[in-house]
Amino acid sequence: MFKARFAGTIRRARVKRCAVVSLAGRALLAALLTGPAAADEIIFHYLQRDGDPWYTRNRAYTGLQLRDRYRPLAGAKLAIRESRIVGRALGHTFQLAEHALDAKSGAVAAVERLMREADARLFLLDLPLADVEALSTRFGTADVLLFNIRHAETRLRSQDCAATLFHTPPSNAMLMDGLAQFLVQKRWRAVLVLVGEHANDRVLATAFERSAQKFGLDVVAVKDFVLGNDPRQRYRNNVALLTSGVEYDVVVLADTVGEFGRYVPFNTQRARPVVGTEGLTASAWHWTWERHGAPQLNQRFDKIAKRRMSATDYAAWIAIKSVVEAVKKTRSPELATLRAALTSDALTVDTYKGAPGTFRPWNRQLRQAVLLATHNAVTARAPLPGFLHQHNELDTLGLDRADSTCSTP
Amino acid sequence: MNPGNLRKQNGMRRAAILTLVTATLAVGPGVAKDTGLIFVSNEKSSTITVLDANDKVIRTFDTCARPRGMHFSADRTQFFVGCADDSQVAIYDVASQDLVGRIRGVERPETFDLHPNGRHLYISNEEDATATVFDVETGEKLGAFETGEEPEGVQITHDGKLVFVASEAADLVHVIDVDKREVVKDILVDTRPRRFALTPDGRELWVSAELAGVVNIIDTSTLALKADIAFLPTGFRKEQVTPVDVLITRDGSLAYVALGRANHVAVVEVASRKVLDYVLVGRRAWGLALTRDEKKLYVANGLSDDLSIVDTQSRRVLVSIPVGLVPYGILIDDH
Repeated sequence: MFKARFAGTIRRARVKRCAVVSLAGRALLAALLTGPAAADEIIFHYLQRDGDPWYTRNRAYTGLQLRDRYRPLAGAKLAIRESRIVGRALGHTFQLAEHALDAKSGAVAAVERLMREADARLFLLDLPLADVEALSTRFGTADVLLFNIRHAETRLRSQDCAATLFHTPPSNAMLMDGLAQFLVQKRWRAVLVLVGEHANDRVLATAFERSAQKFGLDVVAVKDFVLGNDPRQRYRNNVALLTSGVEYDVVVLADTVGEFGRYVPFNTQRARPVVGTEGLTASAWHWTWERHGAPQLNQRFDKIAKRRMSATDYAAWIAIKSVVEAVKKTRSPELATLRAALTSDALTVDTYKGAPGTFRPWNRQLRQAVLLATHNAVTARAPLPGFLHQHNELDTLGLDRADSTCSTP
Repeated sequence: MNPGNLRKQNGMRRAAILTLVTATLAVGPGVAKDTGLIFVSNEKSSTITVLDANDKVIRTFDTCARPRGMHFSADRTQFFVGCADDSQVAIYDVASQDLVGRIRGVERPETFDLHPNGRHLYISNEEDATATVFDVETGEKLGAFETGEEPEGVQITHDGKLVFVASEAADLVHVIDVDKREVVKDILVDTRPRRFALTPDGRELWVSAELAGVVNIIDTSTLALKADIAFLPTGFRKEQVTPVDVLITRDGSLAYVALGRANHVAVVEVASRKVLDYVLVGRRAWGLALTRDEKKLYVANGLSDDLSIVDTQSRRVLVSIPVGLVPYGILIDDH
């Protein structure tokens, strides 16, 4: 009976641990839950995988580290810290439980166990894509809220979506739409796209080509590059040759590894800017962003993590912040209420990027601005002025209701 | 006040203080009042711009890093400047603008209010999620209160019994009981509460909610929300309306609300809570100050690095005056 009473809730009332399950006990419990003594624990379960290749130090030749990747746990911890006083006002405490999966453990089994043994309902997924997909398939309609805090794959917001899977990082579609808006505003309409061999490079280039079509840019050529010095491959490994023989205003580079890409700026045959994965890049967050309260957030993060806040830290941070905001709005820790609140336009999460954040009801994607930045400055924030939308300008970025094939209610 | 025992100055500053002491002895206390000077703290250039009573910039001087909140001392012969990046409050003489002291160890101050006792400065410590109290005469830290993230506005009631502190990132107004020395209530308000104004009768506390685009009104007897005022100047979208500073006239009839990115100041009739007018000013209007006769309203525009000076009768801008980078607070010594 006790279990049934709590099915579908995310709280563990303080009394639960000691309550004797009896009719009298339940009456007492009900009384406590409505009174000020009902300090509920709302627990976020942070799942990560040991040996996750995403975090292995991927050194380039001569030991250089081109892409720093840190677990966004610090972002989650910061959000929990920030929720302390809000919790004091609401009569709840927000907590974080970390779980590391070893190579042999399946993500589905781990979540099942946590649901069974710890009544876990809220999960932050710092897991490889395959794990996220497995969880979304298995728990797509379960009494849980899953937060993808890491993956930009657009298909997770479309054909591979799930009702319970919320996305706080911008999709590739959102990022590339932001970049495309900038090119349109600059009238850099003729685009040369350079694509690497990695699968993620292809995904990014495809996303950009869709954005180019959406905003009326002209992709004059898409060229594949390879890393190497083989003279027989010079039209694919030499930047000057790759960027000659065609007229363009700007180079869009899709090189998620970065070893080739770092030599593209200033080596193009024509004097043209490079954007994409070098030069001007699109992301959810930047350590130099100085509007809308961002310096305070960056400094708070730096204080606890001793490093710059990344877009992934931001995604973990705002996942927790969104739930705290939903609890604040509804004054309820009930899962169904929270899920409804999270997908309602009435929820307004302070994104520190201006426009209030809400989740798109059609695919559970957090609406947010995209920052276009160089290595040390935010050059523009998308949506750019003039890109209008009938409902919400943030929906000029990424999959609008009609673009998403997500059939989730 | 004895500046010597609370602050450690270097030789040059000590010399400046000696000069000041001499000057004060020579002309006697009290003459610094009502100089008509206007002080503007420039957050990004770490300077203070000084204007005379005719709105001419007469000097700009370097101050500590990232100056924001400012407040006069009780006798108005000095003013305090909170410097976030130096974690200190600098104290200046109004007449000479000489640095006469520093309160050190104030973690990232943003704004503050002076208790009616004239000694206790209640300060919001933005990066530290605390509000602290310092004795302005001894420089001693007297207490600290835990707040939500990014505390900003501080308002003490006229009777000195309660202190309100707004936490921007927590959407809370904390109520500190001065005698009990504790936070007695956390009031949930709309998104990103920034600044306060108390009605002259002390019954209503107005708090701007920057991201909600409204002012929430708190009943100070029940400490509960009792009304909201929404703003929307013609041609702007709701999300561009980001109110920050709020002022209420001495007779309690009118309120002025700086609307941030909507580039307007709203004029509100306090009794009816109706918006009477919107005055177009500079970009991201946030800091406000009124002259004593309330005929002129000074507006600090954070994104256009200037002041708009508004004639409150015609509700039109008389002149815009360039100041430093990101002007934040304004003090007018004409009281």
